[in-house]
Amino acid sequence: MQVWSWPGFFGYLGNTYLLGGAITTLWLTAISITAGLALGFALAMMRLSRNRAIAAPAFFYIWLFRGTPVLVQLIVIYTGLPQLGIRLSVVQSALLGLSLNEAAYLAEIVRAGILAVPAGQVNAARALGMRGPQVMRHVVLPQALRIIVPPLGNSVNGLLKTTSITSVISMEELLRRTQILIQQKFMVLELFAVAALYYLAMTTAWDFVQRRIERRFGRAYATAAAEVNHR
Amino acid sequence: MIEIQDLGKWYGSVQVLKGCTTHVDKGEVVVVCGPSGSGKSTLIKCVNGLEPFQRGSILVNGVSVGAVGTDLPSLRARIGMVFQSFELFPHLSVLGNLTLAQRKVLGRNATEASARARALLDRVGLAAHAEKYPGQLSGGQQQRVAIARALAMDPVAMLFDEPTSALDPEMINEVLDVMTALAQDGMTMICVTHEMGFARRVAHRVVFMDQGEILEDRPSADFFGAPETDRARAFLSRILHH
Repeated sequence: MQVWSWPGFFGYLGNTYLLGGAITTLWLTAISITAGLALGFALAMMRLSRNRAIAAPAFFYIWLFRGTPVLVQLIVIYTGLPQLGIRLSVVQSALLGLSLNEAAYLAEIVRAGILAVPAGQVNAARALGMRGPQVMRHVVLPQALRIIVPPLGNSVNGLLKTTSITSVISMEELLRRTQILIQQKFMVLELFAVAALYYLAMTTAWDFVQRRIERRFGRAYATAAAEVNHR
Repeated sequence: MIEIQDLGKWYGSVQVLKGCTTHVDKGEVVVVCGPSGSGKSTLIKCVNGLEPFQRGSILVNGVSVGAVGTDLPSLRARIGMVFQSFELFPHLSVLGNLTLAQRKVLGRNATEASARARALLDRVGLAAHAEKYPGQLSGGQQQRVAIARALAMDPVAMLFDEPTSALDPEMINEVLDVMTALAQDGMTMICVTHEMGFARRVAHRVVFMDQGEILEDRPSADFFGAPETDRARAFLSRILHH
């Protein structure tokens, strides 16, 4: 075993093989959060339904996927489903597993956001003659979105790192590629340090993006908030 | 124009409206008053179907509010409503608040809708505030925007649910002035309010409610001159002498 090697560390800092892994991590995150949000939104609407037959399946789904480890879900999808004749590729399994799991958490975030919009807003929109879907689309969701964005950003941050779990089904994202290089080069600490820096760079970049999104959704409230702070 | 017949409403086993019957003619201004919890707000929320009721009927321009086949959204589009807590949409500018339903419900195009919106903002004295957000306005200004938002739909009648109760005293008059001007222009109005000065000056009739019942329904001069019931007398003496 050798001691810490600075040349080794700097040598891998711009390694294209690792950068490729980081890019895989990024699109895994992007696709999973998008699909998860779409499914999570549908689940949230279902759970908010007064009809038990609609709300119950959503409740069951959320209970199931939040109550079991995403690691187990991934392994079941990749190695368990073929037993039922459903054979998915590594990429398909990774995307499906992450999206399904994320949807369960995002459903609760979306539901909380919708519930946080005062009932008086719905009444005001209905009093103007707006129909249910119009009230949701033009009055409730825009206000809910502002409440949803901070926890949603938190989910994106978490997912950037959770994608590393797909390495167990041999998805070649950042962690998996780091491990492959380690097996060849034996520079354990140097390579993990590079991987950690990549993750930090991605989560930090996301922080900036999130702040911009929050500012955009907070525009209408900016002056009101400033006044409250002023008092 | 608005016919309320033997209206009954229950929350579970609690009856909150008991056989309420009254009517509002076109161009008439009716003030509904009474102690808190008397069912005033519930009554006017039944008129545009925001609150369901279990007995009796309400006809607005011949359309039955409680009937199964009634298209409530299109009925509501023709009845303006102003709430105690304004309920402006905080994510939209003042102009956005006034144009949203015009475009989505009435199908007006953006130019048409904002022209109507600006004309109404001018009428309530807020033309300069079109681009602001509700959070940047005072309570009185917000309520005037809310009135303009309701008027933008060209309603046949307006419902006011305690429009000045959430306002600081110095802002009450600017809202009452707008309502008075509206009444003088011949708008059909039902106003739930404790502003007895407004009722005396503007209302044609006063409906006095207590515990879910309409106890008096008379021309406002008669009501204020000589209330018939003890409860109305007690209510008036409480509200006028403090």
